[in-house]
Amino acid sequence: MSAQADKLPGAIEAIVMPFLNTLIAFLLSGLLIWALGEDPLYALSLLFDGAFGYQEGIGYTFYYATNFIFTGLAVSVAYHAGHFNIGGEGQAMLGGLGLTLAVFWLGDTAPLLSVIIAILGAAVFGGAWAFIPAWLQATRGSHIVITTIMFNFIASALLAYLLVGPLQRPGGQMPESSDFPEGASLMKFDELMSFFGVSFEQSPLNVSFLIALVMAFAVWFLLTRTRFGYEMRVAGKNQSAAAFAGISVPRVTIIALMMSGALAGMMGLNELLGEQLRLIGNFTLGYGFVGIAVAFMGRNHPLGIVLAAILFGVLYQGGAEIAFEITTISSDMIVVVQGLVIIFAGAMPHLMRKPVSAAYARLVGKGAA
Amino acid sequence: MTTAPAIETKDLCKRFGAVQANDNISLLVEQGTVHGIVGENGAGKSTLLKMLFGFYQPNSGDLIVNGQKLDLDSPSDAMAAGIAMVHQHFMLVEPFTVLENIILGAEGQGMLDHAKSDARAKLLGLEQQFGFDLPLDTPVSQLSVGERQRVEILKALFRGADILILDEPTAVLTPQECDQLFELVRLLKSRGKTILFVTHKLHEIMAITDAVTVIRAGKVITRVGTSDTSPEDLAEAMVGAKISRAVERAGQEHGAPRLKVEGVSAQSDLGHAALKNISFELFDGEVLGVAGVAGNGQTELLDVLTGLRPVSSGAITLGEEIVNSLNSMTDPIELRRAGLAHIAEDRLKTGVVADMSATENAILGYQREQDFSDNGLLKLSAINDAAERYFESQDVRPRDPSLAVASFSGGNQQKLVIARELARDPQTLIIGQPTRGVDIGAVTKIHDQITELRNAGKAVLVVSADLDELMAISDRIIVMCEGEITGTVDIGDADERTIGLMMAGAHKETSAEEVAV
Repeated sequence: MSAQADKLPGAIEAIVMPFLNTLIAFLLSGLLIWALGEDPLYALSLLFDGAFGYQEGIGYTFYYATNFIFTGLAVSVAYHAGHFNIGGEGQAMLGGLGLTLAVFWLGDTAPLLSVIIAILGAAVFGGAWAFIPAWLQATRGSHIVITTIMFNFIASALLAYLLVGPLQRPGGQMPESSDFPEGASLMKFDELMSFFGVSFEQSPLNVSFLIALVMAFAVWFLLTRTRFGYEMRVAGKNQSAAAFAGISVPRVTIIALMMSGALAGMMGLNELLGEQLRLIGNFTLGYGFVGIAVAFMGRNHPLGIVLAAILFGVLYQGGAEIAFEITTISSDMIVVVQGLVIIFAGAMPHLMRKPVSAAYARLVGKGAA
Repeated sequence: MTTAPAIETKDLCKRFGAVQANDNISLLVEQGTVHGIVGENGAGKSTLLKMLFGFYQPNSGDLIVNGQKLDLDSPSDAMAAGIAMVHQHFMLVEPFTVLENIILGAEGQGMLDHAKSDARAKLLGLEQQFGFDLPLDTPVSQLSVGERQRVEILKALFRGADILILDEPTAVLTPQECDQLFELVRLLKSRGKTILFVTHKLHEIMAITDAVTVIRAGKVITRVGTSDTSPEDLAEAMVGAKISRAVERAGQEHGAPRLKVEGVSAQSDLGHAALKNISFELFDGEVLGVAGVAGNGQTELLDVLTGLRPVSSGAITLGEEIVNSLNSMTDPIELRRAGLAHIAEDRLKTGVVADMSATENAILGYQREQDFSDNGLLKLSAINDAAERYFESQDVRPRDPSLAVASFSGGNQQKLVIARELARDPQTLIIGQPTRGVDIGAVTKIHDQITELRNAGKAVLVVSADLDELMAISDRIIVMCEGEITGTVDIGDADERTIGLMMAGAHKETSAEEVAV
């Protein structure tokens, strides 16, 4: 009742509230930096300068953002179906494995074809990895949060085994595969720009950013324009209404979670097929988990997720710049700042609701009078 | 001191955003009286009650209890001022015993044993004083609904309440349990307690209250002594205009059997036998009412009829087709295509998705029909048009289908559901609780619509906890108790007393007189 009464117009809900929450996180971070004896404004300028000040920095910002778009979308698709997929890490690892197999299978003979198969392979393997927890949830009621977490460990162990065993670079000591065959990679952004006659500094940014944007659009289309998206949202919000409407909740659960896993799996495109050009152990680096924060900060709307992903890209890239320039601020400090943003913008989205709705009510009240 | 009113409010106002839920409410409740509050759903009754027991704080105005002006910041403040509320949905922990439930929140410190033995002594005194006979050591889950309500009242007395607010207390009771409640209320009054009795049933107001306040659209319309008014006057004050039934039941013979239920048994969600060998027929051109105290298999009956629950034996036939039998159940989408519409008894739990828009809810259950989606894609403009049409046909307000269903009043939600389910001109209607949580103006309209459908030759089955409602609209009534049909009566022979006895489990074979002795 009271939550309903405090409902605000869409624009305020979608823009003003997350902005205020992020602002609070930044203010607190500033205080922390000030307490360490450093100038918060200088740190802030470094953050933005590092993220947007030069082309390579911009490249890195959007490179990181690409990972977050994939994992954020993955979390949000599951969330709309009423499930909390914490298995983004494991699904991304399996996605990476899928694309690696595709590349080694076809890369020598048909590099371009291998890239296309690799994109599918990433999605299929990621989705397949989500299938087992999804099936257990749908038919046995095993809680997806538990099973997906467990599957992260299994994925990690599987990758570790393969990378010190069958897939390890011959004669190598590191848990990594051989380099991908020549040509079996996604085009770098600088190459793409030079194609159009524009020069752009080298960076890890590659066309998987565009693939991520396409997927964001596809998720939006799925949710708002398709019957399955509708049935999925109904099942996610109210299972008994779903049954009333003739929607099979187990079926929807399995399909939605496989879509979610496929999106997480595609993260490997950016990291492996775009930058590393080989499969390495634990390449996911926690991006799967940060995807949860990205999804919630973006209010589980694809556009919001893209924006939140870019913010996290800024924090990763600009944060590295701060840690590099200011020696008293270690990279751990940057993790703290990221944590603050997650807490305020991700975990406490309603923190500023009361004051904002009070201010809004006053504004509207005056407008009406 | 004794002359000060128990509760007095002066110009109490409460706003939610742009909505003025309570507008200068001035209420006067005399000491030691039963005071009725009536109003339509959405009139502001709940908001007023929630301010009286400290759940909401007023934007302006004064609240005076026993002559003292108070600011109630929480329900515990209200409790301290001697005000207690018995909610419509009981606030009891089912596996706990009566005693444990009563001391919940007042356990004192550390060890429970001490608190329990103190409480037991005090409760036995209270039980004697007010004529309760509740078993203190029985888990609440084993008590009947009426007994649970008495636990709530005993709990309030235990906490030292002098003013009891009863929110729609009879909604869940059998007629016999209602009589018991009324006796208890009279006894409480004779012992000096003040009772605020909130209901929408006007005959209850007439039977039990000393004075009554009518609320409409957040304002007090009138306050009168009960002996100076009549149900007709109160109804008029509630809705603002004289209400009358526009549609008469045509004196027709019913048609061919439409829905046959033969020897059907089914299990509840918990695996208990919920339906036991049920058989009946529903004919074209009749309204068949299903009466019974809530929880006696009506929900499961609605489920098996609408493709939501498999039967464990027996068969259900719609027209010529068997639609539910052992190991074969037609799904709800196919049933709708076969002309069976379902208005769910628990609207918010089943009939709508509350936080999706009215437009999105307008296709719930019909999302796979050709006019709403094709090749897996939604036809958004057709869906918007349908929602507009539904809003128009049932006069749903506010006229904005983009709002979430939760932001409509219960009555308007129900109008939307009815529009959706009637849109395809179904031959068979299965309706659960047609007017639950619906305001009185809309109730009449819904009853008229049901009668119109019947007159047009449709087969309508209505499950309702409100016996008055069933008496008003049914041609026949079947009564359920503990998963069995304990009686079938034609409306011409129906009287509340007989049906009440059947609801309590007395079979029709046993005559009413015999049981009464």
